[in-house]
Amino acid sequence: MQWAFNIVAVLTLLSAAAALSLRNLVHCALCLAGALGGLAVLFLQLNAQFVGLAQILVYVGAVAILVVFAILLTRGADFSKQPALSPSWVVGAGVAVLVLGSLVAAIRTMTATGVLPSAPPLVAVRDIGARLMAEYVLPLEVVGLLLTVALIGGVVIALQEKRR
Amino acid sequence: MLGEGILKGMVETARNFFGSYRSRERLVTVQYPEERLPMKENARNFPFLVYDGVDAEKGLRCVACKICEKECPPQCIYIILERDEKGKPQKHPKVFDIDLSVCMSCQICVEVCPFDAIKMDTEFELSCADRFGGLLVHKPQLAKSNEYYHQLHPADAEEVDARLAAEKAKAEAKAKAAVAPSTAKPPSVPRPTPAK
Amino acid sequence: MATTIDQVFVNLKLWAVGLFPAAWQPLVSALLSIIAIIGVFATLFAITTILERKGLGRIQNRYGPNRVGPCGILQPMADGIKAIIKEDVVPRSADKLVHFLAPVVLVAPVFLVYSVLPVGRNMTPLDLDAGVLFFFAIGATTELAVFMAGWASHNKYSLLGAMRAIAQMISYEVPLLLSTVPVIMAVGSLSTVRIVAAQTGYVGWLPRWFVFTPWGLAGFILFVIAATAESNRSPFDLPEGESEIIAGYFIEYSGFKFALFFLGEYLGLFAVSGLAITLFLGGWSAPLSFLTWIPSWVWFFAKLLAMIGAFIWVRGTVPRLRMDQLMNFAWKFMLPMALINILAVAVWRYLPAGFWRWPACAGVVWLPYLALGRGLAGSKRVTKRVYRYAA
Repeated sequence: MQWAFNIVAVLTLLSAAAALSLRNLVHCALCLAGALGGLAVLFLQLNAQFVGLAQILVYVGAVAILVVFAILLTRGADFSKQPALSPSWVVGAGVAVLVLGSLVAAIRTMTATGVLPSAPPLVAVRDIGARLMAEYVLPLEVVGLLLTVALIGGVVIALQEKRR
Repeated sequence: MLGEGILKGMVETARNFFGSYRSRERLVTVQYPEERLPMKENARNFPFLVYDGVDAEKGLRCVACKICEKECPPQCIYIILERDEKGKPQKHPKVFDIDLSVCMSCQICVEVCPFDAIKMDTEFELSCADRFGGLLVHKPQLAKSNEYYHQLHPADAEEVDARLAAEKAKAEAKAKAAVAPSTAKPPSVPRPTPAK
Repeated sequence: MATTIDQVFVNLKLWAVGLFPAAWQPLVSALLSIIAIIGVFATLFAITTILERKGLGRIQNRYGPNRVGPCGILQPMADGIKAIIKEDVVPRSADKLVHFLAPVVLVAPVFLVYSVLPVGRNMTPLDLDAGVLFFFAIGATTELAVFMAGWASHNKYSLLGAMRAIAQMISYEVPLLLSTVPVIMAVGSLSTVRIVAAQTGYVGWLPRWFVFTPWGLAGFILFVIAATAESNRSPFDLPEGESEIIAGYFIEYSGFKFALFFLGEYLGLFAVSGLAITLFLGGWSAPLSFLTWIPSWVWFFAKLLAMIGAFIWVRGTVPRLRMDQLMNFAWKFMLPMALINILAVAVWRYLPAGFWRWPACAGVVWLPYLALGRGLAGSKRVTKRVYRYAA
């Protein structure tokens, strides 16, 4: 299935590049959704069903829509006449280099590098669920609490605007 | 209880659904080309020319006076008077055209016609492939018999017939009275008074 | 004999795949499944359009289409031919590429979703470990397509329609997902095949479908309501409310692209109906134990047609909601009920099997339902409307 991987990888990279370079913000957002979807397909190819599907459900289904809404509600879809690089590109590049550096450092210190398992382990969704509910139940609850707080915060903001 | 109203509504629509198969009275739709509603007596849409007798050309009541042509608001009527070889007017239209694509069914031509020669038709299935030529109807298509008029608007037709007969009788009486002094004058077409 | 007919399509596919060299077999197998899905469900779409128009007609005491062919049964063909030969108009100010891509992006995932539905015994094209998750993940991408259509048309109505559609789909996706959780909890698997397998047994004559348990009935009703909203059908058809925004997000589409949107909408409806059947109505299993000789795929499609009929019935009955009613219903009724239903299945699971868990579980669902219903209706008293000026 090497060719399938190649096609998906090229498409993902292309749409990621387009998301960075296109002028129309809505096009950028759509390309971003395409790149995220491509990533999900790569996960699925690696037999990581849960991660791949969650990626589609969360990123393509929700985050991309959120981005699109944010663009439409704030700036409209106007074709801005700005230069392709924003004035603060130096800062952005610095952040990117930092992230890349930390990632590379993390990967280099990882013990498992270079040791490919003969076949990717097939993790059943059931096992993930069991782990989340037993071993990692505290982080899960904390994340749940955080999201609830965010939800309530959103409701509070919306209510205040309504009352005025 | 929440949802009760929806359930009631569902029962009602289900009753409609099955009822429409059980009793045909529920289905109010008239299946048009096969079944039709009877036409109302005052229905009208486009004008036609009335003729008496059997010959459409000779019996035409129209005398080509062109009043309707002048009165027609959208000017959809076109008339040419017939003349004999010497150029004498013949009191008969040579050409009588109505452009149905222009006509607005106002019935003013019928109102103004002093000879009761033009009346409103109820024929509405006039669609044709040629919207220019096909909707410009000529004298032969326009001429329809008095019997046809009787079928369309019986009450009106009776009244018109009675009036025409009365006028004819009056004219004949007048002609008889006039025959005594001078016989040279041929009995002409009765000169009717304009309709009230 | 019964088994032969039951497995006829499975064996046919095995035989057809066997004709090809081994290297090609996975590809051929996938292609055959794809062809079968597209063929069967596109035909079902055609049947549904005529059923819907006839059914709605009868509900409104009309005949419905009855001109093309005997009793109008060839109407879908006439519609299809019309859609194909119509001119494809693209607005001048539209975003051409996105405008073109939107119907494709809408229809492709909808077809993909069918691959996890078990339409018969051993007849699941793609038996995924996370089948239900796959269904919802792929289904979620249609929202993006709706946005693409609405935005690219460069028309205020289409953008409004797209906004409405997305707001509605996101709101109702939450109760839709939560109403499936009880089933997943009861079965302990996300695989559609295993969910159906858990419902195949019989108690006496009666089947062990989840819809016959208190939490299953509540979950089924919640799921169907959310599915109606998710597939933009009446009474939740605000995104395309004809009387308000003409056709919503596909207002600027014509010809075959319009037909694709229509197709996508109906196929989405069939897909969620199929999932409802899989989750609550026992999938392809027969409704009574002595009817098992009828092939499993017949049962699946019979149930699917029954679901479609119910959707048509609801469409003929309930008028369209207002936007605030829609949102209130989603967040103040559907979401709490879905969460309570999860509690109910927990009660069901941890009480010992016997008579007492029935009233306990039913009470857990029923009492909040009554309270919520009273709370929602409380302040407003529905009375007969009085007209002041009209006599």
